[in-house]
Amino acid sequence: MTIFALGSGAAADSAPDASGLDRRMFMRGAGGLTFAVAIGLPALAAEARRVDLGPWVTLSTDGTITIRGPATEMGQGSRTSLPLIFAEEMDADWSKVRIVRAAPIDAVYGNPGFGGVMYTAGSSAVTGYYKALRQFGAQVRLVLLDNVARRWNVPASELTTEASTVVHAASGRRIGYGEIAAFAEMPAKAPEVRDADLKDPKTFRLIGKDVMRVELPTKVNGTADYAINVAFPGLLHGAVLRTPVPGDGPAAIDDSAAKAVRGFIRTVPLPYGVGVLADSTVAALAAKDALKVTWTRKAKGWGFDSEKGLEEFAAAARDPARPSKPWETAGGGAAALAACASVHEAEYRCDFAYHAQMEPLNAVASVAADGSACELWVGTQSQTMAVTAAATTLGIGPDKVTFHEHLLGGGFGRRGPRDMEFVVDAVLLSQAVKQPVKMVWSREDDIRNGRFHPLTAHHMKAGFDAAGQLVAWHHRKAADVVTEFQDPVRYQKAGQKDFIGMLGAELKTYGIPNRQVDQITMDSGMRTQALRGIGFGPNKWAVEVFIDELAILRGADPLAFRLDLLKGSPRAHAVVDKAGRMADWSRKREGRGLGVAYIDYSGTQIAGVVEVSVDRASGQIKLHDVWIALDCGVTVQPDNIVAQTEGCVVYGIGLALSERITMVDGEVQQSNFYDYLIPRMRDVPAIHVELIATPNHPTGVGQMATPVIAPAISNAVAALTGKRLRHMPMTPDRVLETMKA
Amino acid sequence: MSIAFRVNGRDVSVESEPDARLLWVLREQLQLTGTRYGCGTGLCGACMVHVDGDRAFSCQTSLHEVAGRSVTTIEGLSPDSSHPVQKAWLAESVPQCGYCQSGQIMSAADLLAKTPNPTRDQIVEHMSTNLCRCGTYPRIVRAIERAAKEA
Ligand code: FES
Ligand code: FES
Repeated sequence: MTIFALGSGAAADSAPDASGLDRRMFMRGAGGLTFAVAIGLPALAAEARRVDLGPWVTLSTDGTITIRGPATEMGQGSRTSLPLIFAEEMDADWSKVRIVRAAPIDAVYGNPGFGGVMYTAGSSAVTGYYKALRQFGAQVRLVLLDNVARRWNVPASELTTEASTVVHAASGRRIGYGEIAAFAEMPAKAPEVRDADLKDPKTFRLIGKDVMRVELPTKVNGTADYAINVAFPGLLHGAVLRTPVPGDGPAAIDDSAAKAVRGFIRTVPLPYGVGVLADSTVAALAAKDALKVTWTRKAKGWGFDSEKGLEEFAAAARDPARPSKPWETAGGGAAALAACASVHEAEYRCDFAYHAQMEPLNAVASVAADGSACELWVGTQSQTMAVTAAATTLGIGPDKVTFHEHLLGGGFGRRGPRDMEFVVDAVLLSQAVKQPVKMVWSREDDIRNGRFHPLTAHHMKAGFDAAGQLVAWHHRKAADVVTEFQDPVRYQKAGQKDFIGMLGAELKTYGIPNRQVDQITMDSGMRTQALRGIGFGPNKWAVEVFIDELAILRGADPLAFRLDLLKGSPRAHAVVDKAGRMADWSRKREGRGLGVAYIDYSGTQIAGVVEVSVDRASGQIKLHDVWIALDCGVTVQPDNIVAQTEGCVVYGIGLALSERITMVDGEVQQSNFYDYLIPRMRDVPAIHVELIATPNHPTGVGQMATPVIAPAISNAVAALTGKRLRHMPMTPDRVLETMKA
Repeated sequence: MSIAFRVNGRDVSVESEPDARLLWVLREQLQLTGTRYGCGTGLCGACMVHVDGDRAFSCQTSLHEVAGRSVTTIEGLSPDSSHPVQKAWLAESVPQCGYCQSGQIMSAADLLAKTPNPTRDQIVEHMSTNLCRCGTYPRIVRAIERAAKEA
């Protein structure tokens, strides 16, 4: 297998071309042809003439094909899989492909499936770019064919391609893409790509075949380029002590002890905290820890206690008089409950949880002495949001920000808030000191300043008709509005819908005719953020445990009960059935319980079965096996999908069993991995993943299995013990309490 | 004060406080950034190196403790990623975000140096010092088993 090195750096490799290209034109680059094939992006039509239009691909006369990758890389593989989709339709020889980072220009590189933003989130990279990248690749191939047709004076229809080669079967002639680059003329107008010009998926050479991720070699020899590794002469080190509660700032700063730290340079008061600069990371963090700051205490969150808060949330969810916002309504909605022969209700809860990406947040910024320009080195889930945050902070245009994209040491949603507060930290410190600054959060900062998966309470009601059919469903969820905090821009665009918090509460595939999902919006004043699994985490926790309880109430097998509800959704039915067969569902195990959960996650169909035992003395749940069946349509990189799913399962185990953030007086109580427990190798069972490849449009895989785990565990514990766990995480003390009850 | 030791076969002398942590000396004074900061408290293993052939949390190791000793970091494990553990890591596509992986590889190399054919339980026991938030544990086990076979 060929190993590819990354390009030498985003700036050099992806500097956008500013020669005023029309979007339907191509240009001749230095070493060959550059195709500016940006046709088809919805955002382009209006904006193309106002922005520098960067190319997707450059073909060199030596045959090298340079493809721009628009997604950032945090281990999910999109840096490789998106260019691979392009290369497939271009019919490129993958060993000749070089992948470089795309410049931060939404109008050219924005995700068509994600509002046209360069935003690697929501497991949306492959699903959002798939169609556009296929078209762009096909377009390049057509241009190459046309050129050869003219050169050889044969009809283009007689030409075919093989890997990086155009073939004329009738005359036996062949010519490599690199050779074509030497003479090709660009058409004034790019060719239209019809569906018939796209490859028949049966002929795919790259999609569906595993290739090595391009950055992988740098991840086994220490050279992977995380922003935290950036170093150059003159770089100062910064740290920030931030108000525990958002919306406040320092009232009084005592930095006398900080000044005594060896290497301390200066203190920088900030609107929301206090920065320190020093000559090393260690000195900066020590000086920050030595600060004594009193806070203005004006903001809402002071006084918030997460345990008491959750009781209030639960009371609000329970109280039908509490006003709510509708999320999903189908059939007669909740009113249909009145006509039911029997109605059941239950309540579920989730605590705050923390991302715990292994690379603590950090950023490097170099602001020009006069504040007129800025250079950034960042690992972020959105290149353009990072650039915008820096530009807004400095009051300069985004074009004055030079952006260096880095690998992310984990994202899971944390590196994607609209305000990019960790980037702003670095920008403000550099601006104050007029020197480049590397700003690093300690692990303790990363937890203390965390933006959490929200606290939620769910009140569920379901009704059966006289024939025993589940016909009515009402889900009332009380929680903070995540989208408004994380991304006010998208919140407004979405008509003030809290899609980050609420997604997953809707039930598209279960055949329940009357449904209503309402959100009761709470305001704890705490910071919230999408976390792997986003709304599906808490929402499917409530849905899938409740479904299980209903099955048991009806005396039905929980797996058969789901299969019956999924009769009208063949792909959903297939994954549940598959997971059951993988687990040998009907075989009884001594001292072990099996639990199942199923999710339609933005089109990806996924089901999981877990096998557990419970140590009744300690309350510890032990996992023995996890079986996952997943259908995400076309499997672009199958082994990577399996790897992502394994990772999702491990992440889901932590959220299910041990991860819990608490707040007292608005302050986070946890501080490092001794009191915020994420799974270690010894906590992880055997994980079995099977993909059901279907010809459907590919959908996401980066977080889909995570929300399956917690409900499946609760369901397995119920199968084993008859006791029901309804509060996540299912910590040993909660298990013991439930067993006693 | 100045403390002399070996890093990746090279003699170095570092000006620092004797209680400075090896992690930060490696990262910021010797520019060996393959050794990572994850927690600073001996809980994650991202900072794992070898000191005289034994694995050590570099965030918990004071500079004076390595005076006159030999430190190996991920950069020195092999000159060309040819260590059996590194090869197995690529063959099994272990890394996801990759941030923890230097530490994982250094822990795994330490295990195999002492226990060339570890049982699954020995692997799990030894490797549970190292956190991986991306959840690459199943592949780490497979890669260690492969490295043991192919070494
Ligand atoms: S940084 Fe040393 S154990 Fe985490
Ligand atoms: S690969 Fe990301 S933390 Fe291990």
